Amino acid sequence: MPFGNTHNNFKLNYKVEEEFPDLSKHNNHMAKALTKEIYGKLRDKQTPSGYTLDDVIQTGVDNPGHPFIMTVGCVAGDEESYEVFKDLLDPIISDRHGGYKSTDKHKTDLNFENLKGGDDLDPNYVLSSRVRTGRSIKGYTLPPHNSRGERRAIEKLAVEALTSLDGEFKGKYYPLKSMTDAEQEQLISDHFLFDKPVSPLLTCAGMARDWPDARGIWHNDSKTFLVWVNEEDHLRVISMQKGGNMREVFRRFCVGLQKIEEIFKKHNHGFMWNEHLGYILTCPSNLGTGLRGGVHVKLPKLSTHAKFEEILTRLRLQKRGTGGVDTASVGGVFDISNADRLGSSEVDQVQLVVDGVKLMVEMEKKLEKGEAIDSMIPAQK
Amino acid sequence: MSGSFRRLISSRSTAVLLASLGAGTMATGVLLNENSSLAAEAKKKLYPPSSDYPDLRKHNNCMASALTPAVYAKLRDKVTPNNWTLDQCIQTGVDNPGHPFIKTVGCVAGDEESYEVFAELFDPVIKDRHNGYDPRTMKHPTDLDASKITHGIFDENYVLSSRVRTGRSIRGLSLPPACSRAERREVERVAVTALAGLKGDLAGHYYSLGDMTEKEQQQLIDDHFLFDKPVSPLLTCAFMARDWPDARGIWHNNDKTFLIWINEEDHTRVISMEKGGNMKRVFERFCSGLKQVEHLIQERGWEFMWNERLGYILTCPSNLGTGLRAGVHVRLPKLSKDPRFSKILNNLRLQKRGTGGVDTAATGDTFDISNLDRLGKSEVELVQLVVNGVNYLIECEKKLEKGQDIQVPPPLTQFKK
Repeated sequence: MPFGNTHNNFKLNYKVEEEFPDLSKHNNHMAKALTKEIYGKLRDKQTPSGYTLDDVIQTGVDNPGHPFIMTVGCVAGDEESYEVFKDLLDPIISDRHGGYKSTDKHKTDLNFENLKGGDDLDPNYVLSSRVRTGRSIKGYTLPPHNSRGERRAIEKLAVEALTSLDGEFKGKYYPLKSMTDAEQEQLISDHFLFDKPVSPLLTCAGMARDWPDARGIWHNDSKTFLVWVNEEDHLRVISMQKGGNMREVFRRFCVGLQKIEEIFKKHNHGFMWNEHLGYILTCPSNLGTGLRGGVHVKLPKLSTHAKFEEILTRLRLQKRGTGGVDTASVGGVFDISNADRLGSSEVDQVQLVVDGVKLMVEMEKKLEKGEAIDSMIPAQK
Repeated sequence: MSGSFRRLISSRSTAVLLASLGAGTMATGVLLNENSSLAAEAKKKLYPPSSDYPDLRKHNNCMASALTPAVYAKLRDKVTPNNWTLDQCIQTGVDNPGHPFIKTVGCVAGDEESYEVFAELFDPVIKDRHNGYDPRTMKHPTDLDASKITHGIFDENYVLSSRVRTGRSIRGLSLPPACSRAERREVERVAVTALAGLKGDLAGHYYSLGDMTEKEQQQLIDDHFLFDKPVSPLLTCAFMARDWPDARGIWHNNDKTFLIWINEEDHTRVISMEKGGNMKRVFERFCSGLKQVEHLIQERGWEFMWNERLGYILTCPSNLGTGLRAGVHVRLPKLSKDPRFSKILNNLRLQKRGTGGVDTAATGDTFDISNLDRLGKSEVELVQLVVNGVNYLIECEKKLEKGQDIQVPPPLTQFKK
């Protein structure tokens, strides 16, 4: 919370055992990593902006999780959280990101020309293509922690940057609190509008405070490049279009991001980034590239094949329903995207999506003809 | 060490001393370490109060009415001795704009001292909510002598059940919006230890929310005793559902007529209830139980939060004073359809709710009728007011049954000034 260190020093009058949360029924990364020793070591620390260990873990304490789905269970309140609380966050990052070590370096590559292919995914199967990431603006605390004043300053800076874009990126900002009914209807039809978070994973982390103050959506006139301001991250940047031309989507993504970053740098507020963790975002699961590149693809036969899950795992991909995270698939159409975020570059991750989806569409076609696909099953990437 | 520290801060005089020391930015400097106090100071310069002032233009709650930019500027950088801030008090009111017809309170206290440190906000809120009661000039009467109640047995052809509830906070421990896990567990310990000392018709058992069996849970649901994790955003935005269900539970006596909720919206909610219309006996058990519990905690060096300006201190300003809601479930098929029903209730200083409690609809013709007021009148006064009022409503119902006309009673006076 943006309210100083929230009662933290007062809690230090109690012993560790008295304050330690009851995590006996919990299944999330935080519950797995947080021992009494670590709690004892970190509980009297705070970041320069006053974020504390209890702030970091509150969402994980309040949301025990699900036996089958391992949520992260903690958030950062600012850039420094990942340093000050590294004794807790490093093991979580390692667990969530395939064994990533605290000494590893993350590669950033936003040069879309390094992507091979990606412009020829069969539009009879691939209905739409999309790449999203998040960006945090240096010098401000993150959504779980920021004050109204900070959030408004972020919005102001973001709007200044975005409205200065031109050409294919010329567009308009729609603040959530003053959009008209007509604008709202249109944004819903375009599948652009984000609403006040209802997920307790987000609300328990303080991210819905002061809604809808300083929240809004910017998009370009052609509706192919979209930025969410002050939802779960300072900025969420999305490039999307119908059909299977992922290459074009990625090109626009990279170019747009770089243009925006230049403008922020000019204002002495570049993006939060370091060579160990890549782009710094609110949730540890989005560190690195913060990138989710995906398609909506028709795979009615392949999705019911016994080896579907294994194929996805080997391709380093994940499936979601067409409503996004935690939704079910409709009519055999799946959202297929990269599973990794940290330890591989943007180009690497989009390449996996492009190659993987191409292969799966070929498998689908084979299954349609009644042929077997066993010989096509790939090795672990 | 912590035991004696708690004893120290729990005494009333020390709490006042700490409040006078802590009420201001000096406390921030003292409590935070060097590094962060510099950053906090820099941040305050970069973000003046005007940049943080919430947008309350679409809001309809007591906080939004009272929080001018000037008041916000004055109070934003203050902290209570527990480091609780104005922004934390008002967060729930910022996040919940309210309804044009229903004016919610829109702010909560994090500790006893909140009402002092942020008096410039809380005093007008209290005045607004409690019919002009001025905490600066008025005193609140406390009276738990149930023998004073007259005519307290209702006609059971109409009254199905009778209930009195209040809340009590344990002095020296932060309130549910602010408390740490250790503090919350301490509240549970203090309360459960005291309740274990009750005997006779008050002897009972504690059911911790986290540890209860399925069978116990079902029984408590059937008895209409079980409270669940708050879903109302009024409560969740005020941080009251944190760490659920840690240190939450329900205690009730074996007769199932006296019940305590631990660590829901207040440290304790105390409820006396029975089927039927014997409000007098319900109130007698209420007063007797409360006094015994108070005695039991005092034996161990604890006391309830209370002062003569505000009476019993609870989380929500709407529950200050007595914190008392005395009510019945009563069938009023004819009266409830009469267009004068609302006016009658209003003049009697009563409110209707559905039989599921606040913000529910009535089922059939049965209503929950209870006192509107909490502060400025004593417990005895409020219960007598409900007794008189419900008796009047039943008389009206009987008249309408016979085809006779009824009268709207003159409005009751507010508290004595």
